Amino acid sequence: MIDILIDVFSWVLLILGGVCVLIGGIGGLRLPNFYTRIHAASLTDTMGAILIFVGMMLQSGLTLATLKLFAIMLFLLLTGPTATYALANAALLSGLKPDTGSNHDEVEKEEPAE
Amino acid sequence: MKLLELLGYFNYWVFAIVLMVGLYAVISKANLIKKLIGLSIFQSAVFLMYITMDKVEGGTAPIIQKGVENQIFSNPLPQVLILTAIVVGVSTLALGLAMVVRIKESYGTIEENEILDAD
Amino acid sequence: MIFVFAIFLLSLLVITSIAIVRTTNLFVAVMLTSIFSFLMAANFFILDAADVALTEAAVGAGVTTVIFLCALALTGEREKPRINGRKTARVAVAILASLMIYATFDKPRLGDPDAPVHQHIAPWYIEKTTEHMDFPNVVTAILSSFRGYDTLGEVFVVFAACIGVLFILGVPPPAQKRLNKVVEQNKGLRHHLIPQVVGRLVIPFIVLFGLYTQFHGEYGPGGGFQAGAIIATGIILYALLEGENKALQAVPRSVLLGMVIGGALLFGSVGVICMFMGGNFLEYSVLSADPIWGQQLGILVIEAGVGMAVCGALLSIFHAFAARENVS
Repeated sequence: MIDILIDVFSWVLLILGGVCVLIGGIGGLRLPNFYTRIHAASLTDTMGAILIFVGMMLQSGLTLATLKLFAIMLFLLLTGPTATYALANAALLSGLKPDTGSNHDEVEKEEPAE
Repeated sequence: MKLLELLGYFNYWVFAIVLMVGLYAVISKANLIKKLIGLSIFQSAVFLMYITMDKVEGGTAPIIQKGVENQIFSNPLPQVLILTAIVVGVSTLALGLAMVVRIKESYGTIEENEILDAD
Repeated sequence: MIFVFAIFLLSLLVITSIAIVRTTNLFVAVMLTSIFSFLMAANFFILDAADVALTEAAVGAGVTTVIFLCALALTGEREKPRINGRKTARVAVAILASLMIYATFDKPRLGDPDAPVHQHIAPWYIEKTTEHMDFPNVVTAILSSFRGYDTLGEVFVVFAACIGVLFILGVPPPAQKRLNKVVEQNKGLRHHLIPQVVGRLVIPFIVLFGLYTQFHGEYGPGGGFQAGAIIATGIILYALLEGENKALQAVPRSVLLGMVIGGALLFGSVGVICMFMGGNFLEYSVLSADPIWGQQLGILVIEAGVGMAVCGALLSIFHAFAARENVS
Protein backbone atom coordinates (compact mmCIF):
# COMPACT_ATOMS: atom_id res chain seq x y z
CA MET A 1 0.00 0.00 0.00
CA ILE A 2 2.68 2.48 1.04
CA ASP A 3 4.69 1.52 -2.04
CA ILE A 4 1.83 2.41 -4.35
CA LEU A 5 1.34 5.70 -2.54
CA ILE A 6 5.01 6.59 -2.93
CA ASP A 7 4.91 5.59 -6.58
CA VAL A 8 1.84 7.70 -7.29
CA PHE A 9 3.30 10.64 -5.39
CA SER A 10 6.59 10.44 -7.27
CA TRP A 11 4.80 10.31 -10.62
CA VAL A 12 2.73 13.34 -9.64
CA LEU A 13 5.96 15.16 -8.82
CA LEU A 14 7.59 14.07 -12.09
CA ILE A 15 4.60 15.24 -14.13
CA LEU A 16 4.45 18.55 -12.27
CA GLY A 17 8.17 18.99 -12.92
CA GLY A 18 7.62 18.25 -16.60
CA VAL A 19 4.83 20.83 -16.69
CA CYS A 20 7.17 23.39 -15.11
CA VAL A 21 9.82 22.70 -17.73
CA LEU A 22 7.21 22.99 -20.46
CA ILE A 23 5.94 26.31 -19.09
CA GLY A 24 9.51 27.54 -18.91
CA GLY A 25 10.08 26.54 -22.51
CA ILE A 26 6.89 28.17 -23.77
CA GLY A 27 7.67 31.29 -21.76
CA GLY A 28 11.17 31.43 -23.18
CA LEU A 29 9.72 31.46 -26.67
CA ARG A 30 6.62 33.58 -26.22
CA LEU A 31 7.36 36.33 -23.73
CA PRO A 32 8.07 39.76 -25.21
CA ASN A 33 11.53 40.82 -24.06
CA PHE A 34 14.80 39.47 -22.72
CA TYR A 35 14.26 39.87 -18.97
CA THR A 36 10.82 38.32 -19.00
CA ARG A 37 12.18 35.46 -21.09
CA ILE A 38 14.96 34.56 -18.68
CA HIS A 39 12.47 34.91 -15.87
CA ALA A 40 10.44 32.16 -17.53
CA ALA A 41 13.47 30.06 -18.41
CA SER A 42 14.76 30.14 -14.85
CA LEU A 43 11.65 28.20 -13.86
CA THR A 44 13.11 25.14 -15.55
CA ASP A 45 16.26 25.00 -13.48
CA THR A 46 14.66 25.74 -10.14
CA MET A 47 11.13 24.39 -9.79
CA GLY A 48 11.43 21.94 -12.67
CA ALA A 49 14.72 20.54 -11.37
CA ILE A 50 13.52 20.22 -7.77
CA LEU A 51 10.26 18.46 -8.67
CA ILE A 52 11.83 16.08 -11.17
CA PHE A 53 14.74 15.18 -8.91
CA VAL A 54 12.56 14.61 -5.85
CA GLY A 55 10.31 12.44 -8.01
CA MET A 56 13.27 10.43 -9.22
CA MET A 57 14.65 10.09 -5.69
CA LEU A 58 11.33 8.66 -4.55
CA GLN A 59 11.43 6.25 -7.50
CA SER A 60 14.90 4.97 -6.66
CA GLY A 61 14.22 4.40 -2.95
CA LEU A 62 16.98 4.37 -0.38
CA THR A 63 20.01 3.50 -2.52
CA LEU A 64 23.28 5.06 -3.58
CA ALA A 65 21.47 6.44 -6.62
CA THR A 66 19.33 8.62 -4.33
CA LEU A 67 22.45 10.19 -2.87
CA LYS A 68 23.86 10.85 -6.32
CA LEU A 69 20.58 12.38 -7.48
CA PHE A 70 20.57 14.59 -4.40
CA ALA A 71 24.12 15.74 -5.13
CA ILE A 72 23.23 16.55 -8.75
CA MET A 73 20.13 18.43 -7.60
CA LEU A 74 22.21 20.47 -5.18
CA PHE A 75 24.69 21.24 -7.95
CA LEU A 76 21.93 22.32 -10.33
CA LEU A 77 20.26 24.42 -7.66
CA LEU A 78 23.54 26.23 -7.07
CA THR A 79 24.54 26.74 -10.68
CA GLY A 80 21.19 27.32 -12.42
CA PRO A 81 20.09 30.49 -10.63
CA THR A 82 23.67 31.76 -10.71
CA ALA A 83 23.76 31.34 -14.47
CA THR A 84 20.45 33.18 -14.81
CA TYR A 85 21.75 35.96 -12.58
CA ALA A 86 25.00 36.23 -14.56
CA LEU A 87 23.00 36.36 -17.80
CA ALA A 88 20.74 39.13 -16.54
CA ASN A 89 23.68 41.04 -15.11
CA ALA A 90 25.63 40.79 -18.35
CA ALA A 91 22.61 42.04 -20.28
CA LEU A 92 22.22 44.97 -17.92
CA LEU A 93 25.90 45.88 -18.13
CA SER A 94 25.86 45.78 -21.92
CA GLY A 95 23.09 48.36 -21.98
CA LEU A 96 19.85 46.43 -22.25
CA LYS A 97 17.46 48.29 -19.96
CA PRO A 98 14.73 46.39 -18.17
CA ASP A 99 11.73 48.21 -19.55
CA THR A 100 8.37 46.67 -18.83
CA GLY A 101 6.66 48.49 -21.64
CA SER A 102 8.90 47.45 -24.50
CA ASN A 103 7.98 44.57 -26.71
CA HIS A 104 11.36 43.77 -28.20
CA ASP A 105 15.01 44.00 -27.25
CA GLU A 106 16.80 45.69 -30.08
CA VAL A 107 15.54 49.24 -29.46
CA GLU A 108 17.82 50.21 -26.64
CA LYS A 109 20.99 48.87 -28.12
CA GLU A 110 23.41 51.61 -27.15
CA GLU A 111 27.14 51.64 -26.81
CA PRO A 112 28.07 49.62 -23.75
CA ALA A 113 29.11 51.77 -20.82
CA GLU A 114 32.86 51.80 -20.51
CA MET B 1 7.12 -3.07 -38.09
CA LYS B 2 8.33 -1.85 -41.43
CA LEU B 3 8.44 1.69 -40.04
CA LEU B 4 10.43 0.62 -37.00
CA GLU B 5 12.93 -1.10 -39.24
CA LEU B 6 13.33 2.08 -41.23
CA LEU B 7 13.83 4.06 -38.05
CA GLY B 8 16.78 1.79 -37.29
CA TYR B 9 18.58 3.76 -39.96
CA PHE B 10 17.58 7.13 -38.51
CA ASN B 11 20.92 7.61 -36.76
CA TYR B 12 22.75 7.13 -40.04
CA TRP B 13 20.50 9.63 -41.79
CA VAL B 14 21.19 12.17 -39.08
CA PHE B 15 24.86 11.40 -39.49
CA ALA B 16 24.66 12.00 -43.25
CA ILE B 17 22.73 15.25 -42.90
CA VAL B 18 24.88 16.68 -40.10
CA LEU B 19 28.04 15.68 -41.97
CA MET B 20 26.82 17.51 -45.06
CA VAL B 21 25.76 20.57 -43.07
CA GLY B 22 29.29 20.71 -41.72
CA LEU B 23 30.75 20.29 -45.19
CA TYR B 24 28.49 23.04 -46.50
CA ALA B 25 29.78 25.42 -43.84
CA VAL B 26 33.36 24.54 -44.73
CA ILE B 27 33.02 25.03 -48.48
CA SER B 28 30.56 27.91 -48.75
CA LYS B 29 31.41 30.23 -45.85
CA ALA B 30 34.20 32.76 -46.23
CA ASN B 31 34.68 33.43 -42.55
CA LEU B 32 37.52 31.30 -41.22
CA ILE B 33 36.00 30.82 -37.76
CA LYS B 34 32.75 29.71 -39.36
CA LYS B 35 34.75 27.23 -41.40
CA LEU B 36 36.30 25.85 -38.22
CA ILE B 37 32.87 25.56 -36.61
CA GLY B 38 31.74 23.68 -39.70
CA LEU B 39 34.74 21.43 -39.40
CA SER B 40 33.90 20.61 -35.80
CA ILE B 41 30.30 19.81 -36.79
CA PHE B 42 31.69 17.54 -39.51
CA GLN B 43 33.88 15.85 -36.93
CA SER B 44 30.99 15.40 -34.48
CA ALA B 45 28.98 13.72 -37.24
CA VAL B 46 31.75 11.18 -37.72
CA PHE B 47 31.76 10.56 -33.96
CA LEU B 48 28.03 9.97 -34.12
CA MET B 49 28.47 7.35 -36.84
CA TYR B 50 31.09 5.44 -34.88
CA ILE B 51 29.06 5.48 -31.68
CA THR B 52 25.97 4.40 -33.61
CA MET B 53 27.85 1.33 -34.78
CA ASP B 54 28.75 0.29 -31.23
CA LYS B 55 25.16 -0.18 -30.08
CA VAL B 56 23.94 -3.73 -29.56
CA GLU B 57 20.27 -4.39 -28.96
CA GLY B 58 19.60 -4.93 -25.26
CA GLY B 59 23.20 -4.18 -24.43
CA THR B 60 24.56 -1.94 -21.73
CA ALA B 61 27.68 0.19 -21.38
CA PRO B 62 30.73 -2.11 -21.44
CA ILE B 63 31.33 -2.24 -17.69
CA ILE B 64 31.37 -5.82 -16.50
CA GLN B 65 29.41 -6.39 -13.31
CA LYS B 66 30.65 -9.33 -11.30
CA GLY B 67 28.22 -12.13 -10.59
CA VAL B 68 25.81 -11.21 -13.35
CA GLU B 69 25.61 -13.86 -16.04
CA ASN B 70 24.83 -13.49 -19.73
CA GLN B 71 25.18 -9.76 -20.01
CA ILE B 72 25.20 -8.17 -23.43
CA PHE B 73 27.66 -5.34 -23.89
CA SER B 74 27.87 -2.70 -26.54
CA ASN B 75 31.05 -2.75 -28.59
CA PRO B 76 33.77 -0.96 -26.60
CA LEU B 77 36.19 -0.47 -29.49
CA PRO B 78 34.48 2.46 -31.30
CA GLN B 79 34.02 4.11 -27.93
CA VAL B 80 37.76 4.01 -27.28
CA LEU B 81 38.54 5.45 -30.70
CA ILE B 82 36.07 8.30 -30.31
CA LEU B 83 37.00 9.02 -26.71
CA THR B 84 40.55 9.84 -27.73
CA ALA B 85 39.43 11.51 -30.95
CA ILE B 86 37.31 14.06 -29.06
CA VAL B 87 40.27 15.27 -27.02
CA VAL B 88 42.57 15.27 -30.04
CA GLY B 89 39.82 17.12 -31.94
CA VAL B 90 39.75 20.01 -29.48
CA SER B 91 43.55 20.30 -29.51
CA THR B 92 43.73 20.48 -33.28
CA LEU B 93 40.80 22.89 -33.33
CA ALA B 94 42.74 25.13 -30.96
CA LEU B 95 45.69 24.97 -33.34
CA GLY B 96 43.44 26.10 -36.18
CA LEU B 97 42.02 28.91 -34.10
CA ALA B 98 45.52 30.04 -33.17
CA MET B 99 46.34 30.34 -36.87
CA VAL B 100 43.13 32.29 -37.47
CA VAL B 101 44.10 34.70 -34.70
CA ARG B 102 47.49 35.25 -36.31
CA ILE B 103 45.87 35.76 -39.72
CA LYS B 104 43.58 38.38 -38.20
CA GLU B 105 46.58 40.17 -36.76
CA SER B 106 48.51 40.24 -39.99
CA TYR B 107 45.67 40.86 -42.46
CA GLY B 108 43.12 42.63 -40.27
CA THR B 109 40.37 40.33 -41.49
CA ILE B 110 39.32 36.70 -41.32
CA GLU B 111 37.18 36.68 -44.45
CA GLU B 112 38.76 34.38 -46.98
CA ASN B 113 38.09 36.50 -50.08
CA GLU B 114 39.47 39.65 -48.44
CA ILE B 115 42.62 37.78 -47.48
CA LEU B 116 42.99 36.55 -51.05
CA ASP B 117 42.48 40.10 -52.33
CA ALA B 118 45.11 41.43 -49.95
CA ASP B 119 47.70 38.97 -51.18
CA MET C 1 10.44 4.76 -25.00
CA ILE C 2 14.12 5.66 -25.05
CA PHE C 3 13.91 5.20 -28.81
CA VAL C 4 11.41 8.04 -29.17
CA PHE C 5 13.64 10.21 -27.01
CA ALA C 6 16.63 9.37 -29.18
CA ILE C 7 14.75 10.38 -32.33
CA PHE C 8 13.74 13.63 -30.65
CA LEU C 9 17.34 14.39 -29.67
CA LEU C 10 18.69 13.51 -33.10
CA SER C 11 16.16 15.78 -34.79
CA LEU C 12 17.22 18.58 -32.45
CA LEU C 13 20.80 17.84 -33.45
CA VAL C 14 20.01 18.40 -37.12
CA ILE C 15 18.07 21.59 -36.37
CA THR C 16 20.89 22.95 -34.22
CA SER C 17 23.52 22.24 -36.83
CA ILE C 18 21.50 24.01 -39.51
CA ALA C 19 20.96 26.96 -37.15
CA ILE C 20 24.72 27.14 -36.53
CA VAL C 21 25.42 27.40 -40.23
CA ARG C 22 22.64 29.91 -40.92
CA THR C 23 23.42 32.50 -38.25
CA THR C 24 25.77 35.32 -39.18
CA ASN C 25 26.63 36.20 -35.60
CA LEU C 26 29.58 34.04 -34.66
CA PHE C 27 28.90 34.45 -30.95
CA VAL C 28 25.49 32.88 -31.42
CA ALA C 29 27.07 30.16 -33.54
CA VAL C 30 29.54 29.29 -30.78
CA MET C 31 26.77 29.15 -28.17
CA LEU C 32 24.78 26.86 -30.45
CA THR C 33 27.87 24.67 -30.84
CA SER C 34 27.81 24.24 -27.08
CA ILE C 35 24.17 23.12 -27.24
CA PHE C 36 25.09 20.86 -30.15
CA SER C 37 27.76 19.21 -28.00
CA PHE C 38 25.36 18.63 -25.12
CA LEU C 39 22.83 17.03 -27.47
CA MET C 40 25.61 14.91 -28.88
CA ALA C 41 26.63 13.84 -25.36
CA ALA C 42 23.04 12.86 -24.56
CA ASN C 43 22.91 10.81 -27.76
CA PHE C 44 26.16 9.08 -26.91
CA PHE C 45 24.74 8.18 -23.53
CA ILE C 46 21.62 6.69 -25.10
CA LEU C 47 23.87 4.66 -27.40
CA ASP C 48 25.57 3.11 -24.32
CA ALA C 49 28.80 5.08 -24.59
CA ALA C 50 29.03 6.50 -21.07
CA ASP C 51 32.74 7.31 -21.25
CA VAL C 52 32.39 9.14 -24.53
CA ALA C 53 29.38 11.09 -23.28
CA LEU C 54 31.38 12.25 -20.27
CA THR C 55 34.25 13.37 -22.49
CA GLU C 56 32.01 15.13 -24.98
CA ALA C 57 30.18 17.01 -22.23
CA ALA C 58 33.41 18.19 -20.61
CA VAL C 59 35.43 18.88 -23.74
CA GLY C 60 32.87 19.71 -26.40
CA ALA C 61 30.54 21.82 -24.33
CA GLY C 62 33.04 23.21 -21.85
CA VAL C 63 36.55 23.66 -23.17
CA THR C 64 35.76 24.09 -26.88
CA THR C 65 33.24 26.84 -26.17
CA VAL C 66 35.68 28.76 -24.00
CA ILE C 67 38.50 28.48 -26.55
CA PHE C 68 36.16 29.60 -29.34
CA LEU C 69 35.04 32.58 -27.27
CA CYS C 70 38.65 33.53 -26.54
CA ALA C 71 39.38 33.43 -30.26
CA LEU C 72 36.24 35.46 -31.05
CA ALA C 73 37.34 38.18 -28.64
CA LEU C 74 40.45 38.52 -30.79
CA THR C 75 38.86 38.31 -34.23
CA GLY C 76 35.43 39.92 -33.93
CA GLU C 77 32.06 38.25 -33.93
CA ARG C 78 30.38 39.46 -37.10
CA GLU C 79 30.44 37.36 -40.20
CA LYS C 80 30.20 39.20 -43.50
CA PRO C 81 27.55 37.86 -45.85
CA ARG C 82 28.77 36.28 -49.06
CA ILE C 83 26.61 35.90 -52.11
CA ASN C 84 28.40 34.03 -54.86
CA GLY C 85 29.07 30.32 -54.98
CA ARG C 86 26.29 29.36 -52.59
CA LYS C 87 23.99 27.62 -54.99
CA THR C 88 26.63 25.27 -56.33
CA ALA C 89 27.65 24.34 -52.81
CA ARG C 90 24.04 23.68 -51.84
CA VAL C 91 23.39 21.47 -54.83
CA ALA C 92 26.62 19.54 -54.32
CA VAL C 93 25.90 19.03 -50.63
CA ALA C 94 22.31 17.94 -51.32
CA ILE C 95 23.45 15.39 -53.89
CA LEU C 96 26.11 14.03 -51.56
CA ALA C 97 23.64 13.82 -48.67
CA SER C 98 21.10 11.87 -50.71
CA LEU C 99 23.83 9.53 -51.95
CA MET C 100 24.96 8.90 -48.40
CA ILE C 101 21.42 8.30 -47.19
CA TYR C 102 20.98 5.86 -50.06
CA ALA C 103 24.19 4.13 -49.02
CA THR C 104 23.04 3.74 -45.41
CA PHE C 105 20.49 1.13 -46.50
CA ASP C 106 23.36 -1.27 -47.00
CA LYS C 107 24.43 -0.81 -43.40
CA PRO C 108 23.19 -3.10 -40.65
CA ARG C 109 20.39 -1.37 -38.77
CA LEU C 110 20.92 0.17 -35.34
CA GLY C 111 21.62 -2.40 -32.63
CA ASP C 112 21.90 -5.42 -34.93
CA PRO C 113 23.89 -7.98 -32.91
CA ASP C 114 25.02 -9.74 -36.10
CA ALA C 115 26.66 -6.65 -37.59
CA PRO C 116 30.24 -7.24 -38.76
CA VAL C 117 31.61 -4.75 -36.20
CA HIS C 118 30.55 -6.95 -33.33
CA GLN C 119 32.00 -10.15 -34.75
CA HIS C 120 35.70 -9.58 -35.07
CA ILE C 121 37.67 -8.50 -32.02
CA ALA C 122 35.28 -6.81 -29.59
CA PRO C 123 34.07 -10.08 -27.97
CA TRP C 124 37.70 -11.04 -27.40
CA TYR C 125 38.37 -7.75 -25.60
CA ILE C 126 35.29 -8.16 -23.41
CA GLU C 127 36.24 -11.73 -22.57
CA LYS C 128 39.90 -11.08 -21.83
CA THR C 129 39.52 -7.94 -19.73
CA THR C 130 38.49 -9.92 -16.66
CA GLU C 131 41.23 -12.44 -17.28
CA HIS C 132 44.13 -10.01 -17.85
CA MET C 133 43.24 -6.97 -15.77
CA ASP C 134 40.44 -8.04 -13.47
CA PHE C 135 38.57 -4.76 -13.46
CA PRO C 136 35.15 -3.99 -14.89
CA ASN C 137 35.56 -1.11 -17.35
CA VAL C 138 36.42 -2.64 -20.73
CA VAL C 139 36.81 0.79 -22.35
CA THR C 140 39.64 1.73 -19.98
CA ALA C 141 41.27 -1.67 -20.49
CA ILE C 142 41.30 -1.29 -24.28
CA LEU C 143 42.30 2.35 -24.12
CA SER C 144 45.30 1.92 -21.91
CA SER C 145 46.47 -1.63 -22.39
CA PHE C 146 45.14 -3.52 -25.42
CA ARG C 147 45.49 -0.51 -27.67
CA GLY C 148 48.06 1.39 -25.64
CA TYR C 149 50.03 2.33 -28.77
CA ASP C 150 47.03 4.24 -30.13
CA THR C 151 46.60 6.13 -26.92
CA LEU C 152 50.29 6.95 -26.74
CA GLY C 153 49.99 8.37 -30.24
CA GLU C 154 46.94 10.43 -29.29
CA VAL C 155 48.66 11.82 -26.23
CA PHE C 156 51.56 12.91 -28.39
CA VAL C 157 49.15 14.54 -30.85
CA VAL C 158 47.64 16.53 -27.97
CA PHE C 159 51.16 17.39 -26.83
CA ALA C 160 52.20 18.49 -30.33
CA ALA C 161 49.04 20.57 -30.80
CA CYS C 162 49.64 22.29 -27.47
CA ILE C 163 53.25 23.08 -28.39
CA GLY C 164 52.03 24.31 -31.79
CA VAL C 165 49.53 26.70 -30.22
CA LEU C 166 52.17 28.00 -27.84
CA PHE C 167 54.55 28.59 -30.74
CA ILE C 168 51.97 30.33 -32.93
CA LEU C 169 50.59 32.56 -30.18
CA GLY C 170 53.86 33.03 -28.32
CA VAL C 171 55.10 35.54 -30.90
CA PRO C 172 54.21 39.12 -29.87
CA PRO C 173 51.56 40.63 -32.14
CA PRO C 174 52.47 43.35 -34.68
CA ALA C 175 53.11 46.66 -32.95
CA GLN C 176 50.73 48.87 -34.95
CA LYS C 177 47.73 46.82 -33.89
CA ARG C 178 48.26 47.57 -30.26
CA LEU C 179 46.16 50.73 -30.24
CA ASN C 180 43.16 49.01 -31.71
CA LYS C 181 41.09 48.24 -28.68
CA VAL C 182 41.27 47.76 -24.99
CA VAL C 183 39.81 44.42 -24.10
CA GLU C 184 38.45 44.24 -20.62
CA GLN C 185 38.17 40.49 -20.34
CA ASN C 186 41.19 40.32 -18.07
CA LYS C 187 39.43 41.49 -14.97
CA GLY C 188 37.34 38.40 -14.66
CA LEU C 189 33.96 38.92 -13.12
CA ARG C 190 35.25 41.09 -10.34
CA HIS C 191 32.03 42.98 -9.89
CA HIS C 192 29.92 39.88 -9.97
CA LEU C 193 29.86 38.73 -6.39
CA ILE C 194 27.26 35.98 -6.71
CA PRO C 195 28.95 33.96 -9.48
CA GLN C 196 32.24 34.30 -7.63
CA VAL C 197 30.89 32.98 -4.35
CA VAL C 198 29.04 30.12 -6.04
CA GLY C 199 32.14 29.41 -8.10
CA ARG C 200 34.26 29.14 -4.98
CA LEU C 201 31.71 26.69 -3.62
CA VAL C 202 31.51 24.59 -6.76
CA ILE C 203 35.05 24.57 -8.18
CA PRO C 204 36.57 22.34 -5.45
CA PHE C 205 33.86 19.78 -6.12
CA ILE C 206 34.47 19.91 -9.88
CA VAL C 207 38.16 19.24 -9.33
CA LEU C 208 37.33 16.52 -6.81
CA PHE C 209 34.98 14.92 -9.32
CA GLY C 210 37.76 15.09 -11.88
CA LEU C 211 40.11 13.26 -9.53
CA TYR C 212 37.38 10.72 -8.87
CA THR C 213 36.95 10.03 -12.58
CA GLN C 214 40.73 9.77 -12.85
CA PHE C 215 41.20 7.15 -10.18
CA HIS C 216 37.86 5.40 -10.50
CA GLY C 217 38.31 5.01 -14.26
CA GLU C 218 38.92 1.28 -14.01
CA TYR C 219 35.64 0.66 -12.23
CA GLY C 220 33.19 3.10 -13.76
CA PRO C 221 33.09 5.51 -16.66
CA GLY C 222 36.18 7.64 -16.50
CA GLY C 223 39.88 7.76 -17.08
CA GLY C 224 42.66 10.14 -17.90
CA PHE C 225 41.09 11.91 -20.88
CA GLN C 226 37.84 12.71 -19.07
CA ALA C 227 39.55 13.62 -15.82
CA GLY C 228 42.02 15.94 -17.52
CA ALA C 229 39.19 17.70 -19.33
CA ILE C 230 37.03 18.03 -16.20
CA ILE C 231 39.87 19.42 -14.07
CA ALA C 232 40.79 21.81 -16.88
CA THR C 233 37.15 22.97 -17.00
CA GLY C 234 37.20 23.65 -13.27
CA ILE C 235 40.36 25.72 -13.48
CA ILE C 236 39.13 27.59 -16.56
CA LEU C 237 35.99 28.44 -14.59
CA TYR C 238 38.24 29.78 -11.83
CA ALA C 239 40.14 31.87 -14.38
CA LEU C 240 36.89 33.27 -15.79
CA LEU C 241 35.55 34.20 -12.37
CA GLU C 242 38.65 35.46 -10.60
CA GLY C 243 40.66 36.72 -13.52
CA GLU C 244 43.47 35.33 -15.58
CA ASN C 245 46.31 36.30 -13.26
CA LYS C 246 44.87 34.65 -10.19
CA ALA C 247 44.50 31.38 -12.06
CA LEU C 248 48.09 31.67 -13.25
CA GLN C 249 49.17 32.29 -9.66
CA ALA C 250 47.39 29.15 -8.57
CA VAL C 251 48.70 27.02 -11.45
CA PRO C 252 51.62 28.81 -13.13
CA ARG C 253 52.53 28.34 -16.80
CA SER C 254 55.68 26.41 -15.99
CA VAL C 255 53.66 23.87 -14.00
CA LEU C 256 51.22 23.47 -16.90
CA LEU C 257 54.03 22.93 -19.37
CA GLY C 258 55.62 20.51 -16.94
CA MET C 259 52.34 18.62 -16.77
CA VAL C 260 52.10 18.32 -20.55
CA ILE C 261 55.69 17.19 -20.97
CA GLY C 262 55.70 15.08 -17.80
CA GLY C 263 52.45 13.35 -18.72
CA ALA C 264 53.62 12.37 -22.20
CA LEU C 265 57.02 11.32 -20.81
CA LEU C 266 55.42 9.28 -18.04
CA PHE C 267 53.39 7.35 -20.60
CA GLY C 268 56.40 6.70 -22.80
CA SER C 269 58.73 5.83 -19.96
CA VAL C 270 56.33 3.22 -18.58
CA GLY C 271 56.60 1.57 -21.98
CA VAL C 272 60.38 1.72 -21.89
CA ILE C 273 60.48 0.36 -18.33
CA CYS C 274 58.37 -2.56 -19.53
CA MET C 275 61.05 -3.22 -22.15
CA PHE C 276 63.82 -3.09 -19.54
CA MET C 277 61.96 -5.58 -17.41
CA GLY C 278 61.88 -8.07 -20.22
CA GLY C 279 58.53 -7.45 -21.84
CA ASN C 280 57.42 -5.70 -24.99
CA PHE C 281 56.84 -1.95 -25.23
CA LEU C 282 53.80 -1.14 -23.07
CA GLU C 283 53.37 -4.72 -21.90
CA TYR C 284 52.48 -3.96 -18.30
CA SER C 285 52.26 -7.58 -17.15
CA VAL C 286 56.00 -7.68 -16.49
CA LEU C 287 55.88 -4.74 -14.07
CA SER C 288 55.08 -6.98 -11.15
CA ALA C 289 55.40 -10.65 -10.23
CA ASP C 290 51.64 -10.99 -10.52
CA PRO C 291 50.71 -10.16 -14.14
CA ILE C 292 47.22 -8.92 -13.22
CA TRP C 293 48.62 -6.53 -10.62
CA GLY C 294 51.28 -5.48 -13.13
CA GLN C 295 48.58 -4.60 -15.65
CA GLN C 296 46.63 -2.65 -13.06
CA LEU C 297 49.71 -0.75 -11.93
CA GLY C 298 50.72 0.09 -15.48
CA ILE C 299 47.21 1.29 -16.35
CA LEU C 300 47.03 3.42 -13.21
CA VAL C 301 50.33 5.14 -14.05
CA ILE C 302 49.67 5.74 -17.72
CA GLU C 303 46.14 7.02 -16.98
CA ALA C 304 47.75 9.50 -14.61
CA GLY C 305 50.10 10.48 -17.42
CA VAL C 306 47.21 10.93 -19.85
CA GLY C 307 45.29 13.00 -17.30
CA MET C 308 48.25 15.28 -16.65
CA ALA C 309 49.00 15.75 -20.34
CA VAL C 310 45.40 16.51 -21.32
CA CYS C 311 44.76 18.86 -18.40
CA GLY C 312 48.03 20.70 -18.94
CA ALA C 313 47.53 20.96 -22.70
CA LEU C 314 43.97 22.30 -22.50
CA LEU C 315 44.92 24.84 -19.83
CA SER C 316 48.04 25.98 -21.69
CA ILE C 317 45.99 26.49 -24.84
CA PHE C 318 43.38 28.49 -22.90
CA HIS C 319 46.03 30.67 -21.27
CA ALA C 320 47.78 31.23 -24.59
CA PHE C 321 44.57 32.61 -26.12
CA ALA C 322 43.65 34.59 -23.02
CA ALA C 323 47.10 36.17 -22.73
CA ARG C 324 46.83 37.28 -26.36
CA GLU C 325 43.74 39.26 -25.45
CA ASN C 326 45.62 41.35 -22.92
CA VAL C 327 48.45 42.21 -25.29
CA SER C 328 46.51 43.26 -28.36
